[in-house]
Amino acid sequence: MAETETAVDRAALTEFLLRMGDNSLILGHRLSEWCGKSPVLEEDIALANLALDLIGQTQMWLGLAGEVEGKGRSADDFAYLRDASGFRNLLLVERPNGDFGQTLMRQFLFDVWHHEMLSRLVRSSDARVAEIAGKAIKEVAYHLERSADLVVRLGDGTAESHRRMQDALDDCWPYTGEMFVADDHDRAVAAAGIAPDPSDLKDTWEATVTEVLRQATLHKPEHGYAQKGGKRGIHTEHLGFILAEMQFLQRAYPGATW
Amino acid sequence: MSTTTLPSTDEVWRWLGEVPDPEIPVISLTELGIIRDVGYDDGTLVVTVTPTYSGCPATSVINFEIEAKLREKGLQDFRLERQLSPAWTTDWISREGREKLRGYGIAPPVDGTSADGRLAGRIGKLAGTSNLVIECPRCGATDTRKVSQFGSTPCKSSYQCNICLEPFDYFKCI
Repeated sequence: MAETETAVDRAALTEFLLRMGDNSLILGHRLSEWCGKSPVLEEDIALANLALDLIGQTQMWLGLAGEVEGKGRSADDFAYLRDASGFRNLLLVERPNGDFGQTLMRQFLFDVWHHEMLSRLVRSSDARVAEIAGKAIKEVAYHLERSADLVVRLGDGTAESHRRMQDALDDCWPYTGEMFVADDHDRAVAAAGIAPDPSDLKDTWEATVTEVLRQATLHKPEHGYAQKGGKRGIHTEHLGFILAEMQFLQRAYPGATW
Repeated sequence: MSTTTLPSTDEVWRWLGEVPDPEIPVISLTELGIIRDVGYDDGTLVVTVTPTYSGCPATSVINFEIEAKLREKGLQDFRLERQLSPAWTTDWISREGREKLRGYGIAPPVDGTSADGRLAGRIGKLAGTSNLVIECPRCGATDTRKVSQFGSTPCKSSYQCNICLEPFDYFKCI
């Protein structure tokens, strides 16, 4: 396979892999911030488990990105030694945790996309992509079932929980459109059968989200305004603070291991 | 040492059967079903291991334990390979492994009940009318409830028995 890959394919594939890995890395890091201070012990454990799954998946995606890129960069190099403009994650996943409702709504909207994306990637023309997706989708199926359950429970819960979930939905909504916007890299990997065109995921995402929000008695925002930029390395100010915490040790003590 | 005969792969499988899972030490790595292959590449022993969950911290400890066991048996020339596909499934946990889990207080996975990400039947599950019956590993009662989808390790959920009230782990099906 490597022999037939052109430089353009490699660049597009590397970009795609960074996007997958950066989404799981940044969301995994965000979730880990809850560790020790969640509303109840079971949620603390659940969020830490989600973080663990996502960071495990990150090692596979970024590890493969380094292999495909061919410049000797490891998953750790990507995680610890890039600045914000090098990150390719969706803006949604770098959103601050807020209250538990904000964290949960962000998770649900991402999980629906993530599960749909992985279900396409298991049929990828690139066997390495397909096998990572095959591994990850089993874990993400649990993430989605859990977040959907909780969105319904809290949306259709008390007046207070309903209000918080509606606020969370309204806040997160403008950050969902970016999931479905395709650029040249996306079109190149789609043409090669490696990954779906992001816009193809929209209908199933919308159908699932609409159904769960209906059960949750939440009102889906009508507007389609989308905040964009993450996939091109243009981030909100929040990412810098995440990196400051996540990367401090490797920046201050280069190559430190333990 | 070149005249030393290499151990048979059956022998190596037996040795790996002596290595306990670091998180659930009552079952061995072979009972857990994560050793996918043992073979030779020229004179080098190759042990192929598949991870349970992508981020499971036990994975690196498991590799370390395998290496320690092989060295203890006098092997120097070996390597471990990671195999992602086919992805590990709880179906690969042996029958003996399942009984040992139960004896240890962990309800073994109920095959065919893994999450599939579909939302159909979700409301039934919420209402507690799901047909997924998890037996209490302590008293055997089937009247149990899920406390949390996630538990003390990535592979487990938290449950409680409504009869003897004991909280317990359920090894979730993937």
